[in-house]
Amino acid sequence: MVKRIAVGAHYGLKDWLAQRVTAVLVALYTLLWVGIAVYHGGIDEALWRALFASSVFRVATLLFGLALLWHAWIGMRDIWMDYVKPTAARLTLEVATLVALAGYGAWLAEILWGAR
Amino acid sequence: MPVLERPLGRPRPVYLNLLRIRLPLPGIVSILHRISGAGLFLVGIPLLLLGLQHSLGSPEEFAQLRAALAHPLVKLVLFALAWAYLHHFCAGIRFLLLDVHRGIELAPARRSSLVVLIVSLALTVAIGARLW
Repeated sequence: MVKRIAVGAHYGLKDWLAQRVTAVLVALYTLLWVGIAVYHGGIDEALWRALFASSVFRVATLLFGLALLWHAWIGMRDIWMDYVKPTAARLTLEVATLVALAGYGAWLAEILWGAR
Repeated sequence: MPVLERPLGRPRPVYLNLLRIRLPLPGIVSILHRISGAGLFLVGIPLLLLGLQHSLGSPEEFAQLRAALAHPLVKLVLFALAWAYLHHFCAGIRFLLLDVHRGIELAPARRSSLVVLIVSLALTVAIGARLW
């Protein structure tokens, strides 16, 4: 016999926390760009290319991207859960979202480290 | 109080008519947070990746991107995305502060939601001024 209580447990706590941690990471990366733009008085093509030529910056950008995609997954899943009630439709949208996000992640890695 | 001991009270509404709800200011900020987030996922992320790809390609691709960004319709989309990002950013900071119980009383919560609306709109206008 299953005695699980479906409410009051902390099933959503991990996602709730991940949503906030990823938000802070995305915000910090955004502020990094604002800082770079302010420090250099704008960003031209040479500076742009120089930044992305640095592996530290590429790694930071990938981490930002992964945080953003994770954040987007939790947010979009919340939207599908709230507004799409038929299970088949919701599952389809959730899977489509996951596939898109995974594709975006691979695309970002390809852009950052792919053959030039 | 453990969940099972909590009195159930009135039955909770399971269906809400969105067109009849009059949202207070914090509610407006909240739904705009959701709408802007959806827009950023559906339009913002793919465009960001497309732009990044072209910006890091050959100098010709970079010039192509620059020309595309100068198109009025593209500028309009960027303007909308700038608002979406700024609103999502500002509202997100407000939600994080509420999470740690800062400004959680009714009056400060209403005031901070107004601040979020105004600051994100003002920054969007500033970006729009630079776009055009």
